[in-house]
Amino acid sequence: MSASVHRPPGAAQLLLRMATVVVLVFLIAPIVVVFPLSFSSGELLTLPTPGYSWRWYEDFFTSGKWLVATKNSFIVGIATAVLATFLGTLGALGIFLGNFRGKAVLVAALSLPMVVPVVVTAIAVYFAFSLVGLNNTLAGLILAHTVLSVPYVLITVLATLQTFDRNLLKAAATLGAPPHVAFRRVVLPLIAPGVATGALFAFATSFDELVVAIFVASPGQFTLPRQMYAGLREFLSPTIAAAAVLLIVCSLVLLVLNELVRARSKAHTLSIADPAEPN
Amino acid sequence: MTLPAHDTIVTFDAVSKSYDGKSRVVDALDLALQRGEFLTLLGPSGSGKTTTLMMLAGFEDPTSGTITLEGRRLNNVPAHRRGIGMVFQNYALFPHMSVAENLMFPLEMHGCPKAEMAPRVQRALDMVRLLHLRDRKPAQLSGGQQQRVAVARALIYEPKLVLMDEPLGALDKQLREQLQLEIKHLHEELGVTVVYVTHDQSEALTMSDRIAVFQHGKVQQLARPAELYERPANAFVASFIGENNRFDGTLASRDGELCRVRVADGTEIVATNASGLAVGVPVVLSIRPESVAVGGAGEGPNHFDAQLEEVIYLGDHCKLRLRVAGSDAFIAKVASGAAGPAMNRGDPLVVSWRPQSCLALPAAGK
Repeated sequence: MSASVHRPPGAAQLLLRMATVVVLVFLIAPIVVVFPLSFSSGELLTLPTPGYSWRWYEDFFTSGKWLVATKNSFIVGIATAVLATFLGTLGALGIFLGNFRGKAVLVAALSLPMVVPVVVTAIAVYFAFSLVGLNNTLAGLILAHTVLSVPYVLITVLATLQTFDRNLLKAAATLGAPPHVAFRRVVLPLIAPGVATGALFAFATSFDELVVAIFVASPGQFTLPRQMYAGLREFLSPTIAAAAVLLIVCSLVLLVLNELVRARSKAHTLSIADPAEPN
Repeated sequence: MTLPAHDTIVTFDAVSKSYDGKSRVVDALDLALQRGEFLTLLGPSGSGKTTTLMMLAGFEDPTSGTITLEGRRLNNVPAHRRGIGMVFQNYALFPHMSVAENLMFPLEMHGCPKAEMAPRVQRALDMVRLLHLRDRKPAQLSGGQQQRVAVARALIYEPKLVLMDEPLGALDKQLREQLQLEIKHLHEELGVTVVYVTHDQSEALTMSDRIAVFQHGKVQQLARPAELYERPANAFVASFIGENNRFDGTLASRDGELCRVRVADGTEIVATNASGLAVGVPVVLSIRPESVAVGGAGEGPNHFDAQLEEVIYLGDHCKLRLRVAGSDAFIAKVASGAAGPAMNRGDPLVVSWRPQSCLALPAAGK
């Protein structure tokens, strides 16, 4: 195998490398372009920039609108992550442990918000909320985002549960643990990586969600994506590029966090696959 | 082994279990466990032994009937309030806890004072000779070590009753035999009542005070190992416990304890009629391979001409496959020296056995 790695690249391999580079550039270039734009010293979103400055970041961090939007994004994102993780984890556990027919149908039904076009969910949520007065409230936005996020938690936790040994629950019971203690002491520590990944997904889903926010939020509940959208329509200032860079940085942090969680759970399984010498 | 007379700890009273409402996995089971005994539920897979164990543990509900533990009705008592320990085939140790933490778990659940925990964990680990591994995670232990930890964990909070569901099934033969003795000795030291499920008849014979042989959801026989082996109640028990030559036949005449049985090719064999069967009923004759004498003049009523089909060498002994009385799969067990080098396929031999070693058993209905 090492021989093929060190072999001088043939024509086919060169072609593959070039294609890979082209695809990566295609995917990443639009994101990279935002960075110089956000540091522009001019008033317009143009490339090349007339010069470089921090002025649009200064504008972001001193403007009331952007600060409120940032705060709202974090409130809604964290609340959504907490709610969706709670509901999704319990749902996954019920589906995993339950003994009933139609599990696949139930999982499909619960995953619908992931498949249905967001605009359909948004319109449905808008009309439903108008009946109970939840439009134009943060609580409403949190609930709507939770609906969109639960499937991610459900599916990541269900995937983690596939490696969970049900006999551990039986063992816990015979050792005197009531079900809620068995869940806290035995199940939760073992599925924690899946739960953490689900929570990160839920936060990310809410953090970059625009369509529902357009329907449900008024300026007081604007999140970062919603504020950017408003900025695009009203006044196309490079502050939007600065906000975009901040969003990208947040996403990168989430990505790194997720990789750390995966690396930790991988180290855990590795130690299981590598038992000590029996004596 | 002395059992206190009539000290019953668990009773099954007409317990049945059915998953589909039609076929019964466990069928009207009556069973009484004596305090302190080692009872094995033995049977082929699907015979109902594991379901019986799961109903006792609280993981399956009986469809009908009553289970009691120390006089208390167990129906609807959840597993975590039954105080019954359990050892699983796949060990079921908590992988995220160290050996010591695994042992502390049941102590915490039963409200053991903090100060008592460390010495009790120490004693339990000492009992299974794993003190040096107390800080290891289960994944860092071998299968045998993991199962020893699991046994210690099931025993540490001193439950009245411990259930073991094929605990040695995943281990290799040598380790299995070693752990059989360890578990047996622990049982003798601690005096705890054990219900043990296995499909391995030699394991059951080695370890048990009493064995309940299961088939079709019913107990075919409940007896001490020696009685089960020497006096099986029916053809199923005879064939499931140990090796066994069988002849189908009809009871021709009775003479007290003994009877004459006519087998398919017309040969009449004198057998023990332990079940008091009547003349004319179909019976199965059971003769253990080690009870068959090969060669010699042949004493008593049962001596027959045989033809050697095959010699199977097994180290300390040989098995001879013989053609006798219409059967070509009759096995006789002889010491290796006795087989002699001159034996060849087709050699004529004389085989004989005592009527006391040949049981006439009721032919099973199913």
